[in-house]
Amino acid sequence: MYSVHYHRAISVADAVKLLKSGDAQPLSGGMTLIPAMKTRLAAPSDLVDLSHVQELKGIKVSGKTVTIGAGTTHFEVASDEKLKKACPALVHLASLIGDPAVRHRGTIGGSVANNDPAADYPSALLALGATIVTNKREIAADKFFKGLFETALKDGEIITAVTFTAPAKAGYEKFRNPASRYAIVGVFVAKGKDGVRVAVTGAGDDGVFRSKPIEAALAKSFEASALDGVKVPASSLMSDIHASADYRAHLISVMAKRAVVAANAA
Amino acid sequence: MSDVSLTVNGRRVSGTVEDRTLLVHFLRENLGLTGTHVGCDTSQCGACVIHVDGKAVKSCTMLAVQASGSEILTIEGLANGGDLHPVQAAFKEHHGLQCGFCTPGMIMTATDMIARHPEGLDEATVRTELEGNICRCTGYHNIVKAILAASKTMAKGSKTRTKRAA
Repeated sequence: MYSVHYHRAISVADAVKLLKSGDAQPLSGGMTLIPAMKTRLAAPSDLVDLSHVQELKGIKVSGKTVTIGAGTTHFEVASDEKLKKACPALVHLASLIGDPAVRHRGTIGGSVANNDPAADYPSALLALGATIVTNKREIAADKFFKGLFETALKDGEIITAVTFTAPAKAGYEKFRNPASRYAIVGVFVAKGKDGVRVAVTGAGDDGVFRSKPIEAALAKSFEASALDGVKVPASSLMSDIHASADYRAHLISVMAKRAVVAANAA
Repeated sequence: MSDVSLTVNGRRVSGTVEDRTLLVHFLRENLGLTGTHVGCDTSQCGACVIHVDGKAVKSCTMLAVQASGSEILTIEGLANGGDLHPVQAAFKEHHGLQCGFCTPGMIMTATDMIARHPEGLDEATVRTELEGNICRCTGYHNIVKAILAASKTMAKGSKTRTKRAA
């Protein structure tokens, strides 16, 4: 790992100031950034540690409104009783990230800011029509995820929370890479006030995306059988050593069916 | 360089390290606690699992400075003098190791797992929870047996203690 300067932020305002030094990057759980620094895929001059900033932590469920602090770990999301009632699909999703030790450190804010094309959370936030709250503004998930590892975040902007309205029904299923646990295909389906929204991670060649043919079919009938014969185009899907675009297209409809079954069972 | 001060296995320790120093290297090289192993160095194998503030984490994926101020428990801190911790005793009894390289991480993961499942464990849960620990001798079968046995022993132990307290 290249030499780096470490700074520990005690508040969001403090972090914003510290981020002005050199080519600084925020560090949350570090489950992606530290491995990326070891392999020299990332080489920030300075790290601003957000993991001790108390105002970024915690889960609030008030009526149908769910707010999750950016510094909340996957373990905390996976084991929160109020959230389990409000949106069990999101709790299930968090329990599938990495492994127990990774879930103890990794945070929702870090995952969302990194926008790995195979990360789980982006699909949930897009399907739930969530809002990403930063120290400067609120950004709709539809406008936040911009492509592979690209987001609407500007320099010095820090995610403070994500918030969404609990859906009537939601489900998440993923076909995992057995080594990395990242999604080869992950599908989040949600039926809420804006109708049915379905987001796919792990498969798109430009990152997380909404699947219009699946949404259209599920809007007519929110049952797995509604997806029989629905064609998912392979044209904008990834092909790599793990799966071809055609196989991913097939997996999208299989995972979507399973997610609908899970949503209806919850 | 940064100053790091930690409580490791109940003992206050401090040191000055380069900011890029990984926690596992601080434990092994500065403190001489070589029970925590570096297997893959890519956060996959779990040989470096320790507890930071009561939670199992991979110490190869955390900077020593990040952990400053925390309480750390490593494999060296589990036994009570000459008495093995119930998880260590179960690994010995059930032959839960072959070469032993993954064992410290397996045991630290197991103690965290047992603590998070006071209701008890079944085989499927143990195998799922062990996802982040790799054994290249493929000794999982006896590792799972050992964890299930330790979980039972520890549940009995805590019941006896509760009775005594009552």
